[in-house]
Amino acid sequence: MNKAKIKSKKAKMVDFVSASLRLCGLILLSGLIVFAQNDGAEQNKTGRAGTFAIVGAKIVTVSGATIENGTVVIQNGKIAGVGAGIPIPSGAEKIDGKGLSVFPGMIDAGTSMGLAEITLAVNGSVDLTETGTMNANAKAIKGIHPHSAHINVTRINGITTVLSVPNGGLISGQAAVINLNGSTPDEMAVVREFGLVINFPTIAFGGRGFGGGGFGGGGQATDFTEAVRRRDTQVDELKKIFRNAEAYLRAKDAYAKDKTLPYPATDIKLEALAPFLRGEKPVIFTAERERDIRGVAKFVADMKLKGIILGGQEAWKAADDLKKNNISVIYTNIYALPVRDDDPYDYLFQAPSKMQAAGVKFCISTGDTGPEVRDLPYHAGLAGAFGLSKEDALKSVTLYPAEVLGVADKMGSIDVGKVANIVVTDGDILQPTTNIKYMFITGRMIPLTSRHTELFDSFKDRK
Amino acid sequence: MRKAIVFLLLIAITSILPTFALAQAKIDVLVKNGTPNTWFKDSVANNDVLIKNATVMTAVKGTLENTDILIQNGKIAKIGKGLTAPAGVRTIDATGKYVTPGIIDCHSHSMLDAINEGAFSVTSMTRTRDMLNPTDITIYRALAGGVTSANLLHGSANSIGGQNTTVKFKWGHPVEDYPIPDAPPGIKFAMGENVRQTTQSPQPGRALRYPRTRQGTIETDRDAFLRARDYKQAWDDFKAGKTKVQPRKDLELEPIVEILEGKRLVHAHSYRSDEMLNLLLLADEFGFRVATLQHGLEAYKIAPEIAKHGTGVSIFTDSWGYKLEAYDAIPWNAYILWKNGVVVSINSDSDERMRRLNLDAAKVEKYGGVPEQDALQMITLNPAKQLGIDKRTGSIEVGKDGDIVIWTAHPFSVYSRVETTMIEGEVFFDRAMDSQMRLDTANERETLEKLDVNRAPGTGGGPPRIPAEKRRGERDEAEYGDGGNR
Repeated sequence: MNKAKIKSKKAKMVDFVSASLRLCGLILLSGLIVFAQNDGAEQNKTGRAGTFAIVGAKIVTVSGATIENGTVVIQNGKIAGVGAGIPIPSGAEKIDGKGLSVFPGMIDAGTSMGLAEITLAVNGSVDLTETGTMNANAKAIKGIHPHSAHINVTRINGITTVLSVPNGGLISGQAAVINLNGSTPDEMAVVREFGLVINFPTIAFGGRGFGGGGFGGGGQATDFTEAVRRRDTQVDELKKIFRNAEAYLRAKDAYAKDKTLPYPATDIKLEALAPFLRGEKPVIFTAERERDIRGVAKFVADMKLKGIILGGQEAWKAADDLKKNNISVIYTNIYALPVRDDDPYDYLFQAPSKMQAAGVKFCISTGDTGPEVRDLPYHAGLAGAFGLSKEDALKSVTLYPAEVLGVADKMGSIDVGKVANIVVTDGDILQPTTNIKYMFITGRMIPLTSRHTELFDSFKDRK
Repeated sequence: MRKAIVFLLLIAITSILPTFALAQAKIDVLVKNGTPNTWFKDSVANNDVLIKNATVMTAVKGTLENTDILIQNGKIAKIGKGLTAPAGVRTIDATGKYVTPGIIDCHSHSMLDAINEGAFSVTSMTRTRDMLNPTDITIYRALAGGVTSANLLHGSANSIGGQNTTVKFKWGHPVEDYPIPDAPPGIKFAMGENVRQTTQSPQPGRALRYPRTRQGTIETDRDAFLRARDYKQAWDDFKAGKTKVQPRKDLELEPIVEILEGKRLVHAHSYRSDEMLNLLLLADEFGFRVATLQHGLEAYKIAPEIAKHGTGVSIFTDSWGYKLEAYDAIPWNAYILWKNGVVVSINSDSDERMRRLNLDAAKVEKYGGVPEQDALQMITLNPAKQLGIDKRTGSIEVGKDGDIVIWTAHPFSVYSRVETTMIEGEVFFDRAMDSQMRLDTANERETLEKLDVNRAPGTGGGPPRIPAEKRRGERDEAEYGDGGNR
């Protein structure tokens, strides 16, 4: 039913897109003829559309069994066929998959891709943090730089989709799900306005606490009781913002029904809270410690929200609260040190396997702004070295993030009908020695070039 | 005797509060229950050990299958097949496991309670040796990642920074055991954004420190070397009897004279290729060799020049983009330098990254196809060469120190884990031992948390005394993306 609804709504769009793709195909075809002698010249940096068949490869579908010697057909931007011995459409460009493996593109649900080019001391390149504490209307999709060098560097390591998250303040703004390809933010967008990012107030106590959440706390408390009090005050503040938005929306509804009521002046920020307040879209809370995560769960329950945890060091400890309130976790702490000296050395490596065992819905993310997002597979692999099965490690950066981001109907596995975000490798995609041989984003074959390959080419043979 | 020392080590690891009563109780528990690894339980009075039937990645002579390594008196005594343990030597069965030399991190600030003396542009009189904290938990975590030795460097706030310390991570030993006695002394230099204090803006009443440009930075170096040359001349004249008055000892210039005399290694933090060239030209002018360019993000642009100078480069395998001078860094840096014959090492400069240097080496295979052994050398033998300790460590060869890591799988596999890390045959990390210790630590924590003094406020206890979450010294280069002085 849901699907039908989407189809009817988007029928026009689909027609337009496929028409465009056909047009692109034509243009590229003519390009091919003209530039046939010039390696790669036919490819612009957003790749080329076409019908492709990867033949005789190991297909790691993620959602189902791995096919040892199979074919994947890519057509009209979608996965059109998966299996052993399936028919190949005439005119399809064949890719010999012998010795190669096919994976769904990886998804990192905790980046700030495109929002900051160089974070340190190049302020002009940073659009990460809006000023003020309450920025519900700030939208990452409006700040994402589609031509950031990070995008190409990241995708040629097999990452096709990310969540880009703004930060700072109490309510930071709205995160966007984007594919790592496109000349405009709209071309990249998978979900333009996905979730609202809230830095959930933490108990900041002694030394330098972690998480960096909270706002306007006026420094850190020196006494635990005081720290708890400050946290509670901040949570109350947060609730007040939500209650204000509720009241505002009630006033709007009332006015809509009865025009004799006073007209409520539009508040751009409270207005922006509506879909999150109503539980239509998720709220992403940064939280690390068990007590803070339980605090988030309580807040989500009290306010009847759809919640996601970003960070989640000790999420496994609060599994009961998370499951009860349907809260999933974007885990960003593989490349992080345990906080307490007496924590086991592998405390944060093990956390994903503990979440898995406790039945918490989670995915693994780099939590990196941009440059190191390409390390996503190794974050998952390390979790695989410490308790998580290899299969779940792979899922934690493919199908699981797709589920957390609510796009599992479109991506995250190799299944017919899903968007063709596909990576072809010469080995296990989670291994640091593995090379990417081909990749496709929304069915476009992406050139395996980046700022880095260009610099490499410029200097590799200098004598 | 040996047993007692090992127990003390255990206690050092597990005890947050060094209470003797608790310590005694822990010893009792361990004596009673033993630990999962029997060699420990039946530990003998020395660190002699025979590692049986491993896949040994020697880092110099390829990979040897089904091979045994005998370590006696801290040194590798024999490498071969079918070795038998002499009397009193314990045996570790490493069937199905991989063995590599201990990893050497050529750029670390682990153990340092302070990293930057930033008040002057030349702080060559300062020494990281004076700052070593042997209780820093990052040491243990590094051992759990297979790191046995590290170059503990001063920060990068100065044109010429402080003196380094090359250590082995002998966790649980007194601090005196950490510095490698015969490691040549070194010193930190720095260029670029950190030195010119890029992130600092003028404050009322506080003058900006010279230098503020790369032009000023290299002149600061030149000035220091000119002064050191004069200083040396003054002493030479005095020693030759040409002058009667003994010059005043100058703690700033002494180490710089040692550089001129080839007795002290220069480890120069640098990012841009032009600033590296500035230093190499200065080295030519004053007749010394730069031991390593540290970080060297753009070293690949001038690989032939670096090779000609015989200078080593110690890099991040693929970090980039965190500041402007890191924007041209590429993951093929190691490959291009290697191809030009430069001795390359891969460092962490981070207590976190230090734990996964094996994966950083693996990436060198990916970017450029550097052969496996050459990639492994970048975290073992090459940093040893750069630090002047390759006679004793950095590869698995007879006569070298028994600095060994046992892995559950190929160390370049993301799924591999360190099973055991030993230095000179002594075990400093062991996964089975760790499993036991974490249970004890958890029990101890639970006990402590129940004490009146630690009860939550309002539940009848005294005033709360909850320790700070983590000791945080200044972390010069170590922090990612948070404006750290990297």
